[in-house]
Parts: sequence; C-alpha cells; structure tokens
Amino acid sequence: MQVAQKVTLKVTQRSSEGFASRPLLPLCLGRSLTHSRSLALNASILLASGGFVSPGSGDFVFKPVFGTSILFTKPVFQAILAAILVAVFFLISSKKAAVIPSRTQFFGESVYSFVKKDLGEDIIGHEFMKFVPFLFTLFTFIIVNNIFGIVPFMQFPTMSRFGFPVALMIFTYVIYHYVGIRKHGLGKYLKDIAFVPGVPKWIYVILTPLEIATYFIIRPFTLAIRLFANMFAGHLLLLVFIMGGDYMLHNSMVLKIMSPLSFGFGIGLTFFEFFIECLQAYIFTLLTALYIAGAIADEH
Amino acid sequence: MSTQILLLASEEAGLPIIPTLTEVIVGLIAFSLLFIVMKSKVVPRFEKAFADRTDAIQGGMERAEQAQAEAAAALKSYQDQLSDARGEAQKLREEARAQGAAIIEEMRTKAQEEANRITAAARASIEAERQQAVTSLMQEVGTIATNLASKIVGEALDDQVRQSRVVDRFLADLEGSK
Repeated sequence: MQVAQKVTLKVTQRSSEGFASRPLLPLCLGRSLTHSRSLALNASILLASGGFVSPGSGDFVFKPVFGTSILFTKPVFQAILAAILVAVFFLISSKKAAVIPSRTQFFGESVYSFVKKDLGEDIIGHEFMKFVPFLFTLFTFIIVNNIFGIVPFMQFPTMSRFGFPVALMIFTYVIYHYVGIRKHGLGKYLKDIAFVPGVPKWIYVILTPLEIATYFIIRPFTLAIRLFANMFAGHLLLLVFIMGGDYMLHNSMVLKIMSPLSFGFGIGLTFFEFFIECLQAYIFTLLTALYIAGAIADEH
Repeated sequence: MSTQILLLASEEAGLPIIPTLTEVIVGLIAFSLLFIVMKSKVVPRFEKAFADRTDAIQGGMERAEQAQAEAAAALKSYQDQLSDARGEAQKLREEARAQGAAIIEEMRTKAQEEANRITAAARASIEAERQQAVTSLMQEVGTIATNLASKIVGEALDDQVRQSRVVDRFLADLEGSK
C-alpha cells in the first residue's frame, strides 16, 4: 500500500507541476475526497492538455449501462451474475451427488468441505451444521465477486462498492445477535456482553462501553470496511500501474521505455490481488463464524 | 467549465464509504436468493453424497469382514472334515488289517484241521485195509494150510465143524508162535 500511495502521490504531484493555475490540494484531507476532486480536476486538465489522470474514487462510479436507473450499473450486474454463477455451478456440481464424484462434483465438494470443516466445525463447534449453508453462501459469493476484480473484461471487484459488503455485514450482524439472544435470552445475552465476568467491578466503567461498542458498532463496521477497503485499494493499485503504463506508452521516448516496468508491476500485482481476494473472502467468513461462535458460546 | 465538470464529477463519485442504497438492496436480495438455493439444494445434496460415501465404505468393510469370517469358517469345516476323514481312513485300515489277520488265522486253522482230518482218514483207511488184508490173508492162509495139511495128513477133513476147529486151532497156534 505504501508503494501505491507513493506512486499516486508522485503522479499527482507531477501532473500538477505544469499547471500553476490549478489549486494545490492538501493531501492530508480525506483520501477519497482528494481523489474525487483531483479526478475532476484532472479530467479538466486532460481536456486542456492531455496530462496524466490519476485514478481515483471516480473510477469506482459507473454510469447505468442503459436508462438512467442506478439499478443497471456494472457492479449491480456483477453481483447478480456472481449469485447466478455460484448457484448454477454448485447446482450442477451437486446434481448427481454420486458416491464416486466427477471432477466438477469433486471441486464443489472440496469447497464445501473446506467451509464446513475449517470455518464451521473447527470454529463454531458442535452446533456448526446450522450455520454451514450461510457460511458456504457467504464464502462463495464473496470470493466470486472479489475474483471479478481480475477477470478479463470485468476487472472490477464488486465488493469495492461499499453497499455490497454492507449488505453481507447486515446478514452477519443480524444472525449472530439473533442466535445469541435465542440461546441465552435477551437479558442474559446483553448482560454477558456488557459485564464480562471475572474482572474487578470498577473496570466495568471502562469495559462496559467498550464491549457494547465492540459488539454493536465496531464489529459490523470493521467487517464491512475490511472487505470493502481491501478491494477498493487493490483495484486502485492495479489502475495506477496499468493506466500509468498506458500513459507512459503514449508519451516521450524515455517513458515509453519505462512503461513495461509499470505494466510488469501491474501484472505482478494482479497475482497478488488474486491472493488478497481469496484471503478477504476467507477472513470475512472466518470472522462471521467467530462472531457466531462467540454469541452461542456458554460464556462470552 | 472546469467548475462544472468538477461539480459533476464529485456528485457522481461521492464518498466511496457512503453505501448506495440500491447496491445494499441488490446485495441483500442476491445473497438471500443464493442462500436459499444453497440451503435447499446444494448443501443437502453434498451431505447426501457424503453420507452415501460413508455408507459405501463402511458397508464394503463390513461385507469384507463377513466374507472373511465365512471363508475362515469354511476353512475350519474343511479342515475338520479332512481330519475326520483321516481318522476314519486310519480306523478302516486298522480294521482291515485286523480282519485280514483274523481271516489268515482262520484259514490256517481250517487248513490244519483239514490236513489233520485227511491224515486221520488216511490212517484209518490204511488200518482198515490192513485189517482186511490180515483177515483175508488169514483165511486164505488157513484154507491153503488146511488143504495142504489134509493132503499131507491124508485125512479128509470133510466134517465142517471139525475142519473149522482144526483151522482155528492152527491159527491160534500160528498166532501163539508169532
């Protein structure tokens, strides 16, 4: 990430050097704000002189494919497509449910077993089977949407639109509180959260607000943000190297020679992104399982 | 103009951290539908496949164990039968040997008896023949001697009684001289 920021910074600085008329933006402002502003500025600069447009949050905004409704944008289509792809693949894979599995069935089973064992049984314990369908859906849906980030011609991770991680977070949030309340009763559940047993009484002054904040605000917020920010940053990183390489290729000879380096980085980072995309799907599901396990555990 | 673009762009871009309601709703619905498919179809099918596989493997093992037990039982029964047969054969052989010995003994006894009987019969017949020969010889010797004596003596020994008395006396003398 540091590299990415440096590069972005450099590029921004460089592109702003030649334009005295452009107001220098303080970079210490919110990054996203800076990005959107600088994008707008750069867009105007591009119109004027053909300078480099640094990628920013504007690249995460899509016009509707048709009509004017926001319902028909690329990320929305991708989310729906991911759901369809996952559903169709696993329906085909599990169709025969044969004792001796075909290649497709074996692959589907492997993914399912992985979620069931590593994320369900090992973490939630003996009541895990109830939550396996949810965890399985979560993992497959997220991983496919994430991998859209490096699929040619799509190349946009759906989860870098904050709305989608939020939607998934809502499920996790509702489920882990619901199972906790159902198991312990509302009063005991809240009491267990607010008053952690086995600490001196005066510590509750600090601990209780922290615990309540953790369970009701911090957990869901960080869960959604983690996924979103990783996808957002990763996509931005790829954009910087690939659009930068493209820009250099259409510039002076020195930059032309340098551009393969930028493309090379872009390709290398694509592999890295693949790793991050899988990892984040795993982490989101893992944390969901941990929260559920915590909620139904006998003592918090 | 640049201000216009700026406004337009920031309006569109917004803060990426503010979720768009449309996307949240689409996310909720897409995920829910996917979840229903997974829960109602995919997960039960995979679980069924797993259960079937466990059954198949366990069943196979049980069948193999059963077959092994059967084979062991069959082997044991064959071995038992074999040892029975061996015992029986041994017994039969001994019986046969005993019988053979008995038969031989019996035959030998019978042969001996036969031989004894034949010997005894031969002896008896020889004795009888000898007796007969002695008797007839005596009679003939008597007759011849009488004839001879009468001739020598010249006395006609016509009287039967006398003749026989003379003969008897002669024979008794003969025997007494022997």
